[in-house]
Amino acid sequence: MTIPESWFLILAAVIFGIGMFGLLTRRSALIMFMCIELMLNAVNLTFVTFSRSLHDIGGQASVFFILVVAAAEVTVGLAIVVAIFRRRQSTAVDELSELRG
Amino acid sequence: MIAMTTTWPDLIVFIAAAAMAVIGALGIITYRNPVHSALSLILTLLGVAIAFLEQEAHFLAAVQIIVYCGAIVVLFLFVIMFLGVDNKEDISVEPLVAQRPMAYASVVVTMVGILAMLSRGGWSTGAQVATGASPGGAENVQAVGSAVFTTYLFAFEATAALLIIAVVGAVLLARRDRTGESISEGADA
Repeated sequence: MTIPESWFLILAAVIFGIGMFGLLTRRSALIMFMCIELMLNAVNLTFVTFSRSLHDIGGQASVFFILVVAAAEVTVGLAIVVAIFRRRQSTAVDELSELRG
Repeated sequence: MIAMTTTWPDLIVFIAAAAMAVIGALGIITYRNPVHSALSLILTLLGVAIAFLEQEAHFLAAVQIIVYCGAIVVLFLFVIMFLGVDNKEDISVEPLVAQRPMAYASVVVTMVGILAMLSRGGWSTGAQVATGASPGGAENVQAVGSAVFTTYLFAFEATAALLIIAVVGAVLLARRDRTGESISEGADA
């Protein structure tokens, strides 16, 4: 494998930036979750790249655990979205201006 | 670090993976329909999976496709269609004053910071650990498995508990309130 590590790190940084921009500008909770997945994937790519360049399998094990935590996070997050949609008929986070349900 | 030894097939595969990932990522934040965004997310995840493959993380590439494309995106699509939120979000308006410029500025600052930090560190040419190498090929799955089940065994068991708790919590959150004491005044989705 002869692609330099720096290319993968730059690609991961670009994906992270795009995800961050989407998270900051979009208002649908579903799209915001997708942007969080995007940022998690960028970090995973960074982990795998460092795992290759430093010859350490721990980076890949970390990605494995990040995948599990991301799955749990998406499950709970989408359940919260469903619960909010029942009350508000909307997934826009601008609607959630009250602490009371 | 210069791509002197880069062969053409590697280069083509990397460019394809990078294009898939970036185009998919841009699609997520520009499509107004959530279903289209979810499909763009699949494109990005496949691109990242190819990048994993190119770095000989074969197990993670397979898990990425199975768990992310197969489970998480399907969960997204299921929720989108269950809620019926295929109404298009108008992304041209800006409810918060100067939200876009501030988002641009934050992203630029973050990207410059990440890239400056990486380039100062010599693009990850740090000290290499002597043990626990990450082999490619058929030994990759074996290496990841033995690392997860020996060094990271406690964390692995904790993830099992985490998944159980997450599933129970999701069921509790998304369950309809049968007692009817709350404000679910009809028109449930």
